[in-house]
Amino acid sequence: MNALRNLKPRQVGILKGVLFVLALLPFVRLIAFGFLERLGANPIEFITRNTGDWTLYFLCITLAVTPLRRLTGWNWLIRLRRMLGLFSFFYVVLHFMTFFWFDHFFDIEEMWRDVIKRPFITVGFIAFVLLIPLAATSTNAMVRRLGAKRWLWLHRLMYLILPLGILHFWWMKAGKNLLAQPILFATIVTILLLLRMFFKYQSRKTS
Amino acid sequence: MFIKRQLRNIDVPPSSEITPRALFESRRDFMRHVAVGSIAGGALLETMTQPVLAQTPGAQKLAAKANSAYVVMDKQTSFKDASSYNNFYEFGTDKGDPAQHAGTLKTRPWTIAIEGEVKKPLTLDIEALLKLAPLEERIYRLRCVEGWSMVIPWIGYSLSELIKKAEPTGSAKYIEFVTLDDKKQMPGVYERVLQWPYTEGLRLDEANHPLTLLTVGMYGEVLPNQNGAPVRVVVPWKYGFKSAKSIVKIRFLKEQPKTAWNVSAPHEYGFYSNVNPNVDHPRWSQASERRIGEDGFLARKRKTLMFNGYSEVAPLYAGMDLKKFF
Repeated sequence: MNALRNLKPRQVGILKGVLFVLALLPFVRLIAFGFLERLGANPIEFITRNTGDWTLYFLCITLAVTPLRRLTGWNWLIRLRRMLGLFSFFYVVLHFMTFFWFDHFFDIEEMWRDVIKRPFITVGFIAFVLLIPLAATSTNAMVRRLGAKRWLWLHRLMYLILPLGILHFWWMKAGKNLLAQPILFATIVTILLLLRMFFKYQSRKTS
Repeated sequence: MFIKRQLRNIDVPPSSEITPRALFESRRDFMRHVAVGSIAGGALLETMTQPVLAQTPGAQKLAAKANSAYVVMDKQTSFKDASSYNNFYEFGTDKGDPAQHAGTLKTRPWTIAIEGEVKKPLTLDIEALLKLAPLEERIYRLRCVEGWSMVIPWIGYSLSELIKKAEPTGSAKYIEFVTLDDKKQMPGVYERVLQWPYTEGLRLDEANHPLTLLTVGMYGEVLPNQNGAPVRVVVPWKYGFKSAKSIVKIRFLKEQPKTAWNVSAPHEYGFYSNVNPNVDHPRWSQASERRIGEDGFLARKRKTLMFNGYSEVAPLYAGMDLKKFF
């Protein structure tokens, strides 16, 4: 365990490379499925759901980095977080583009009507829009420009984005009473947020 | 009606003249192997091989005479898509579940009990049911409430033939279909998604409409289990869930029956559930639909037609506010 506590920068670099490839696999799988005619009878539905799932997975993993770092003492984990966050954004862009392209064929007005009229799309859309400034301010230069304090404040939007994303998924599944997965997501995120609050409380006490 | 009359004179290939399934599937397999060979290595391959279908396609042929009054000029959905992309929650809630899990369904022996407001309550064996009237092949559009559609050659006869035999009493106003709910054969019945058994219903005049098909086969064969074997109804002007599968009981009633999806989500699924592009589902528009398989990847969705294009049923709803009775 101690060996994992103090990884050399080179080792972290390798780990990051491996993680990059792993995080790209769901996308590669979709492309391969497309070529192999494995997307099923309704490929658009498959892609929409798959990219939506992976967006939520990556958002949860991103949110888990800090609690995991605190629990394990593996401080190098923080160096993987930006990439994980950007992969969340990558998959949500795919998710949104599938909707915008194949459901609305780039008809902005029609899409807008859908977004306004249907609450489950409204919350999903808000979550997507809120992720844009986070992705846009992910570079070191932007962190410097904003200043660490403001940057941190902005990126607390994650605490809003993830519940909105889960609500989007929840309402999508609610019509058929299939709530096992949304409940699992909600539980995981609640635990992660509670852990954060706990660590915050602890560090206040010590300082 | 005008369109239908025109169509009578057009030659439509019966499904038996379309490329035999075994042949085109072996072609596809070949293509797939070529594609796989040129793309990926063994480990990746493992996760991508096709799941085994519960029922091997190409089972039992079923002779039926094509009824030229009921054809659709659109391209037929492939048997593969129609038998692998199903909503049949008794076998699981994913579209692929029924094809994978419906192998446990035993379709012989099978009986249908006919009860309620009838002069002759009776229990019909499936073999007797198959001989009750001449089998016809009819090509219908199928529009799912979820926004996708297919074109399927069904085999069966008008439900009215069976209703005639049962002789409903004057007080019979509705008909209810009850689906099998055997946990041993249907793993999905453990899930609390819907109330079991699955029930559906029609007004008696809807049930008597010649379009309403008591269905025992498709694509020239007996129904695959995942499509509702051994006997189901197909009501082509209503959303797919109205067409109850694997029926074990038909009841004639004075009052409107409780139907599965209506009980589960009354604001989303009405009793009538006629295909209607002007009445949206609360969570999505019903104005358009995605035709499975046919439209290709980049194609636009097609406009949904009132009553799924079966305008001859419109008189059944004369004077009704279809926004209220959705």
